[in-house]
Amino acid sequence: MLDAKIPEGPIAEKWDNHKFSVKLVTPANKRKFDVIVVGTGLAGASAAASLAELGYNVKAFTFHDSPRRAHSIAAQGGINAAKNYRNDGDSVYRLFYDTVKGGDYRSREANVYRLAQVSVDIIDQCAAQGVPFAREYGGLLANRSFGGAQVSRTFYARGQTGQQLLLGAYQALAAQIKAGKVTLYNRSDMLDVVVKDGRACGIITRDMLTGEVRSHSAHAVVLATGGYGNVYYLSTNAMACNVTAAWRAHRKGALFANPCYSQIHPTCIPAGDEFQSKLTLMSESLRNDGRIWVPRLHDDTRSAADIPEAERYYFLEEKYPSFGNLVPRDVASRNAKTVVDEGRGVGPLKNGVYLDFAAAIARDGAEAVRERYGNLFDMYERITGEDPYTLPMRIYPAIHYTMGGLWVDYNLMTTVPGLYCLGEANFSDHGANRLGASALMQGLADGYFVLPCTIGDYLAPRLGDAPVPTTDPVFAEALTEVDRRTRGWTEVKGTRSVEHYHRELGKIVWEYCGMARNKTGLTKALSEIPALREEFRKNVKVLGSPDGVNQQLEKVNRVDDFMEFAELKVRDALHRTESCGGHFREESQTPEGEALRNDENFAYVAAWEWQGPDADPVLHKEHLSFENVRLTQRSYK
Amino acid sequence: MSTQDLSSTPETRMLNLKLRIWRQDGPHAEGSFLDVDADQIPTDASFLEMLDIVNERLIEDDVEPVTFPHDCREGICGTCGVMINGQAHGPEKATATCQLHMRKFNDGDQIVVEPWRAAAFPVLKDLMVDRRAFDRIIEAGGYITAPTGTPQDANETAVPKEVADTAMDAAACIGCGACVAACPNSAAQLFTAAKLAHLNVLPQGQPERWKRTEAMVETMEDYFGSCTNHGECHQACPKEISLDFIAFMNRDYIKSKSKNRSLASQ
Repeated sequence: MLDAKIPEGPIAEKWDNHKFSVKLVTPANKRKFDVIVVGTGLAGASAAASLAELGYNVKAFTFHDSPRRAHSIAAQGGINAAKNYRNDGDSVYRLFYDTVKGGDYRSREANVYRLAQVSVDIIDQCAAQGVPFAREYGGLLANRSFGGAQVSRTFYARGQTGQQLLLGAYQALAAQIKAGKVTLYNRSDMLDVVVKDGRACGIITRDMLTGEVRSHSAHAVVLATGGYGNVYYLSTNAMACNVTAAWRAHRKGALFANPCYSQIHPTCIPAGDEFQSKLTLMSESLRNDGRIWVPRLHDDTRSAADIPEAERYYFLEEKYPSFGNLVPRDVASRNAKTVVDEGRGVGPLKNGVYLDFAAAIARDGAEAVRERYGNLFDMYERITGEDPYTLPMRIYPAIHYTMGGLWVDYNLMTTVPGLYCLGEANFSDHGANRLGASALMQGLADGYFVLPCTIGDYLAPRLGDAPVPTTDPVFAEALTEVDRRTRGWTEVKGTRSVEHYHRELGKIVWEYCGMARNKTGLTKALSEIPALREEFRKNVKVLGSPDGVNQQLEKVNRVDDFMEFAELKVRDALHRTESCGGHFREESQTPEGEALRNDENFAYVAAWEWQGPDADPVLHKEHLSFENVRLTQRSYK
Repeated sequence: MSTQDLSSTPETRMLNLKLRIWRQDGPHAEGSFLDVDADQIPTDASFLEMLDIVNERLIEDDVEPVTFPHDCREGICGTCGVMINGQAHGPEKATATCQLHMRKFNDGDQIVVEPWRAAAFPVLKDLMVDRRAFDRIIEAGGYITAPTGTPQDANETAVPKEVADTAMDAAACIGCGACVAACPNSAAQLFTAAKLAHLNVLPQGQPERWKRTEAMVETMEDYFGSCTNHGECHQACPKEISLDFIAFMNRDYIKSKSKNRSLASQ
């Protein structure tokens, strides 16, 4: 039933073969097609700009005031590409291999190979746009090695790579807006996908300034709306990040794949207090020079400086001598959790581990360290009030990225024809765990290079068809439902804030479906979430009018969708009794405590089909076959 | 231990503050100050988390919470920004509102919180303003035309490290609008100059340099006031964008007038 439409041929030729075999829309005919792109982060902005350059009429939507605010902007560390500029043995094949292995063999080989292939074009594209990548003195591009990689293939722009790549895509988009090929709808919240005769034909949005609900139609709809990390309440995501667009598409027939996969980032600033609204990530490039340790003694109350070298437990260096502090994110995170659970945590709440730069400062000098990480050190000091040049940083893992998302085929189309999904919002390339510096790569690969080619295959046969008019009953029906749902929240007149319920949901999901999961906890979550959802719907308090700016009203729709999504996430985690990547089932581990996969029974993508609010979702499986990469137990010893 | 299993840290102190917060229903509505006692605010809270706490309490009392712009809370998206006691982004240097922490305030302080005040940034509601004029400046020419798929290998063009570093210094602008809010003339020279210099110093930016300069500067002048070199913009800038870029822009603008003409006559 699930056909991934993987092209024929050897892995290295699949993408080229596919580009030759897809149907094309001729240049003069592209202007006859309208495409809606929702989201203006790396994937959305790059797709909207590239489609417009090709000649399509693009309508781009963002709930921000400007496309440049999308959360891609906060990515710090870098972007991978198989350029092999460092002559250290990198290649497309090695990037492909590393990504499949890093994803713990739960991704689709053909997609990952294509990602590695186009990675080199991304760097060329971005450099031409004027992205100020770091340079060597000779003027050529600089690289660094990044979490989990044994080659230096990461390109970067200080600690603000995401910002610079997004500004590049935003500027390309701005040029197309000026040229009249893109119409931008800012402060527009997408609240439903409209489907007619099984095909996506438009969306419903709410104008966040006036509250007006509107219909928009097109020949195809592209969702590039980011991940679902905020289901945990506390995460490194921006406050407005949400699952609504993907979830609404799911309710309209798009299968949701691997929702249990979420990535915990090992280097975040530990939470300080209950009013904390979000967690702040420190780029994991810090692990290149920082050494991670905790006191050997349990419940050690001495300050870091008073603990002699022999009484420091460099747990990653000791357990993984060849990778040391650079083990993949999931391994680093779980080990931090282990030592904290053992009572070795540091800081006032004993909820962190040290990331210590004393050795790097002694070796290279404070100035060299400042050159590399200055802005990150400044940020840490602003938040904690502590100076990392003299005191070790305190870090702890936090939810950072979500590998699951809407199921897409090789063309990035969901199971709803005409509905595409790009970037973090889809499930496709990272398997059960994403390698560092690969999110920016995937967002831009999807938007600049994959979708602009594959969308023609769907559109070409529709030449001459007019978009479904917004006067069609399917639009009227969807619009009425969105309006009813949105206005309904102000009628509940309950007693607790939206924030309260989001926080409560986050506690359940983090406790039972966070860094480590087990059957008992997941089963418990599966009964607690619906109960909380029911209470939320009866007792939430949303003040103010629906006909104007109302930030509570914007949020209540999102939290409502998280409430439904959380249940699916837990259900997926419960069904996958193996451990893999970011999904660690305590029942399935090696004697050393590493994630133990079960390839015989779980080498598949779990794609869930919505059956209505009162019925259990149906599981569909896309079996993963590995023809090029041999499945091994990951070992970073 | 989970990161969400939390209690107060021993170092946290509590502040009792007197807030005066600007409230305004829409661009054409009359605004006024709301006086609120914000008691028991932890010093570890960020300024926006302080507003979160205040809003939670307002909701409890059935008062509509204060609308304020915010998103990443890491000082990079540029969504947030309010006037705090008359200073854009408040008292801490090189710090956006979301990264300002309450440990910079004292018990008993009165804090006046207002939106950016500039004709080009109309108030949408309470502390939220419309900054789309910035997007118009970028659309006018703040880009390098490089359609997807056309470029050569990235290392074909060497960019001296000093040039790349200068471009990055300028490109660090987050587009928050504090420069405009801090300027007595509501001028947008620092924002415009940062984007313009980022592209104009790079080899890739040369073909469109003079056209870009003329278009961006003149679009800026359609919306914003004129620069009289006060330097308040730099003082308020959370990314410490240098005033030198304004001098660079002025120089390029003068040149653009002759360059663009000579190009046209070729």
